Amino acid sequence: MSKKKQRGYSQDVVGDGINSIQKVMEPPKGRSNRGVKYFLIGVSVLFLFIMLVLPLVVVVTNALRDGWDAYTEAVFDEYTVHALQLTLFATVAAVAVNTVFGVFAAVLLSKFYFPGRQVLATLIDIPFSISPVIAGLVFILTFGNIGWMGDFLYQYDIKIVFAVPGVVLATIFVTFPFVFRELFPVLNAQGKDEEEAAALMGADAFTIFRRITFPHIRWTLLYGVVLCTARAMGEFGAVSVISGHLRGKTNTLPLHVEILYNEFNTTAAFAVSSILVLLAVVILIVRNLVEWKKK
Amino acid sequence: MYVEMKHINKTFDGFQASDDVGFGIEKGQLAALLGPSGSGKTTILRMIAGLDMPDSGDILINGIRVNDLPGSKRGIGFVFQNYALFRYMTVADNIAFGLQVKKKPKAEIKERVEELLELISMEGLGKRYPHQLSGGQRQRVAFARALAPNPQLLLLDEPFAAIDAKVRRELRTWLRDMIERVGITSIFVTHDQEEAMEVANTVIITNHGRVEQIGTPEEICFHPQTEFVEEFIDAKYFEAWKNAT
Repeated sequence: MSKKKQRGYSQDVVGDGINSIQKVMEPPKGRSNRGVKYFLIGVSVLFLFIMLVLPLVVVVTNALRDGWDAYTEAVFDEYTVHALQLTLFATVAAVAVNTVFGVFAAVLLSKFYFPGRQVLATLIDIPFSISPVIAGLVFILTFGNIGWMGDFLYQYDIKIVFAVPGVVLATIFVTFPFVFRELFPVLNAQGKDEEEAAALMGADAFTIFRRITFPHIRWTLLYGVVLCTARAMGEFGAVSVISGHLRGKTNTLPLHVEILYNEFNTTAAFAVSSILVLLAVVILIVRNLVEWKKK
Repeated sequence: MYVEMKHINKTFDGFQASDDVGFGIEKGQLAALLGPSGSGKTTILRMIAGLDMPDSGDILINGIRVNDLPGSKRGIGFVFQNYALFRYMTVADNIAFGLQVKKKPKAEIKERVEELLELISMEGLGKRYPHQLSGGQRQRVAFARALAPNPQLLLLDEPFAAIDAKVRRELRTWLRDMIERVGITSIFVTHDQEEAMEVANTVIITNHGRVEQIGTPEEICFHPQTEFVEEFIDAKYFEAWKNAT
């Protein structure tokens, strides 16, 4: 009985907390308050302008500064098209792999109990805390000629480092926490009751996933996929180390931009950058649609 | 005995949830597992359902040892504490789910769903989703869903915990009448003495993972066998039981 009373009391405290927030959010009455508001708005707008708007304007104007013909020439250049294809291929591959494993890992860690859960969850987060350059180096030391698996791979004529598989591997590594990180909290909050109920009625694991778990995570999953896609397309560090910058072979769009820029071909560099900007805008729109659908 | 527990032990991370639990329930009985929170009553229910496995001991349903049978093969229906209705399915689909996974013919499923909706007086509400229902309606759907595949044993975990105190009494009577009408052996978990005395015809008292006493409400109230039962049970709830019958 006393327990119940305590619970009621703590709810009252929470209620007061919300009320006090609402009080803060009421239109400020004092003049100084208004001053603070406009000051903060000003700082935010200035920050966004310098950090985001200005660079975007620079990209677009520089890309077009030698005229439309120069722009299309740079964009439809053979190497650019190849780099775009490779970027899209690596992105699709990485997103596909990470979606499957992200769903597996999130279901495993949220619905099953076993020793070492915490360790596994921490391991999945490693790409967030490791510099992508180091990730690239790790792959070279693992799969390269001097690496641990070098002899084995050489024997069977499998090329990973300085080849497309390496680019894909690096992209997968850098982006693999995204889907898991989005799904895990949602699945965890859902609890196991509905799955247990379905299992008691004799549903197999796949039916349970298809009819109970999946409808619950649909939009979250899509959101994770969008974030993963955005990150995969922009990946530079790890891919830069492992790809070897072979033009027309292992160059992705971000790497291609760097090469063009280093060759003082500024217009082309910005033109190619504008493709990435365009893709980013598309992803941003999709992201907002998904968020809106998620409610 | 229809359900029998023999020398059941179960620990969770060093916590003794069941300590040599043993009892039996006859066919057709409506039994309550009653005890303070943390006394191991839900663990017992989950082990009968096959959701948790005992460390040692035997569970028998209808004379057959079911320890190694999955929950879906034990002929049970389970009503979860928060009902665990499938939130992305309609009421009708919720009720039909157990029959669908057993690959019953569509016409038969439809007929059974209609029949159960009528039983719980929710005809015409089959197309609603769980979030569009009141607490009491949700409980009734959970009840119908558990009964759909014609189980021989119904298990209910704190069936009234999620319900407003005002309608709880009304639902208690409803559930008891309904179980009597269907004639199914049932076990439910509760920490509320009044609820146990009013609804059940057999009460099992648990404390610290042990079964303290099993008997009719009358026996529990007037012939407590252990000190704990004597202290725990308040005879005024027996009056509630007498008034209700």
